[in-house]
Amino acid sequence: MTALLPRRGLAQILALIVILAVDRVVSPQFFDLRLQDGRLFGSLIDVLNRGTPVALLSLGMVLVIATRGIDLSVGAVMAISGAIAASLADSHSLAVVLAAALGAGLICGLWNGFLVAVLGMQPIVATLILMVAGRGIAQLITEGRIVTFSSPDLVWLGNGSILGLPVPVAIALGMLILTGAVVRGSALGLLIEATGGNARASELAGVGTRAMILAVYVWCGVCAALAGVIAAADIMGADANNAGLWLELDAILAVVIGGTSLFGGRFSLILAVLGALIIQTMNTGILLSGYPPEFNLLVKAVVVLAVLLVQSPKLSGVAGVVTRLRRTKA
Amino acid sequence: MILKALFAASATTALLLALPASAAELTIGFSQIGSESGWRAAETSVSKQEATKRKVNLKIADAQQKQENQIKAIRSFIAQNVDAIFLAPVVSTGWDSVLKEAKEAKIPVVLLDRDIDPSGKELYLTAVTSDSVHEGEVAGDWLAKTVGGKACNVVELQGTVGASVAANRKKGFDTAIAKHANLKVVRSQTGDFTRAKGKEVMESFIKAEGGGKSICAVYAHNDDMMVGAIQAMKEAGLKPGKEILTVSIDAVPDIFKAMVAGEANATVELTPNMAGPALDAIAAFKDKGTVPPKWIQTDSKLYTATDDPQKIYDSKKGLGY
Repeated sequence: MTALLPRRGLAQILALIVILAVDRVVSPQFFDLRLQDGRLFGSLIDVLNRGTPVALLSLGMVLVIATRGIDLSVGAVMAISGAIAASLADSHSLAVVLAAALGAGLICGLWNGFLVAVLGMQPIVATLILMVAGRGIAQLITEGRIVTFSSPDLVWLGNGSILGLPVPVAIALGMLILTGAVVRGSALGLLIEATGGNARASELAGVGTRAMILAVYVWCGVCAALAGVIAAADIMGADANNAGLWLELDAILAVVIGGTSLFGGRFSLILAVLGALIIQTMNTGILLSGYPPEFNLLVKAVVVLAVLLVQSPKLSGVAGVVTRLRRTKA
Repeated sequence: MILKALFAASATTALLLALPASAAELTIGFSQIGSESGWRAAETSVSKQEATKRKVNLKIADAQQKQENQIKAIRSFIAQNVDAIFLAPVVSTGWDSVLKEAKEAKIPVVLLDRDIDPSGKELYLTAVTSDSVHEGEVAGDWLAKTVGGKACNVVELQGTVGASVAANRKKGFDTAIAKHANLKVVRSQTGDFTRAKGKEVMESFIKAEGGGKSICAVYAHNDDMMVGAIQAMKEAGLKPGKEILTVSIDAVPDIFKAMVAGEANATVELTPNMAGPALDAIAAFKDKGTVPPKWIQTDSKLYTATDDPQKIYDSKKGLGY
């Protein structure tokens, strides 16, 4: 557990509690829960459910960032996998649909990994290519339309429930446990961190840095594809123009809020997911507050700034100096 | 004698050659924005249909959402000396110089579905657009008429913040319901014109309004957001179209599908047929020199469940929405 939740998680947990408290103030029924058609229903469930795509993206993104990389293409990969899933949904079984959609994500990840690990391109530029081209590919698949479907299997993936929990939330939880078990249950996490910390030294020490980099981009692509399938299943249609639009930025933000450095070398899966939840708790709070929509982005920016300031080592250093000065004066 | 015969022959040939040219179908160049939305695709296919109906040769250039491509397309239409140019401008500014070139070549330009800025009145013949304020009014009037005298709390799903269409559709709706004290917009939030956001925002409206019991109607600035909102209402155990009235704008096929299922009540059409009125205006201008008004407003038709939604769905679904 200590491997999953290091003590640096305190700031994030505090931030989440504060934002939840603010949500409770702007919307008194925030913590109300009831069963609706065998599924839990309430704002808290909305936070988990709506936070799922970004949480899934952040699971892949955090590993990429740990190797000192970045993946800007995840939003576009969501659009591609959603488009594939929606086009196949009514004519194929769920297994085929999932295999095709996740396979597409895997190929996208391989492409990114190839550009970064083998050709040695800068990650931000390498993944920018797919960020731009990927949305075009998705639009080609859907022919610019919103492709709708009615396959009950795929719809269940977006709107069904397992033990009262929405299916997307259960999937995200499963993915968190799976990813955690693989990278922290073995030396893999350490090797990824070593690659990000100092690729040259790790290479000399015998770490297969190329394989590590390739693997994290592939995983990131698969996570993004899963998020895309869920997003499409949620609205029973694939909207290539808007699915996952700008979500790569939210995913990076979630990772950063989770305390993972963009310079790589260390990461925390659970805190990245917590970061995604912090973002969504804030978004849902804004929607519930009833403020005019013109304030949405401003409120978001201020909250994010506050959360990051709390974590800033420089700022806590300053705060420490101030209290020490006060003490010496007194 | 020989000379005379030769002259006559050449005159006949000239006449023969000239004949197809004058009675001939007009050739019109259409610089289309690209495939930014389903509506845009429908506009392109309806334009083709309308042109075929009138035996007009319509050349469509897809600009892939780029103004420089549109400017290039217009220049090439001028070089081909087409009879008229249709332009659906991707942005509102930066058209002065290329439209002046068209004017110098004496080729009339008709703007489709969007105006340009500054409304360079002498640079184009006419603009065929919908009045988005009026669309909001039609939606508001329908709601006021349907609700009658009873109190009604309305929640509103706005389009993208800063988009003029969103601001206009809000303004029109607000104006229409201002006359009725029993109608009140209790919540208003942006759904960015998308299904996913429309659903998410509606979920929060339902929670904030006591499980949706106090919501009497939903007004969405486009049908896509409404489709998302309908899903949110159904998942919350509410009955859209019965317990909660819905009115939205655009008239895309999927809203008619919801109407057939009894889950949507009304939509105001943003017609994809902008080319039809434009072609008529050009024909009149070419034949009789009739100068059309500077603005041709398209009809904002209201559709409800009584308009045979299944038939409309069937007729619209092939258009590329």
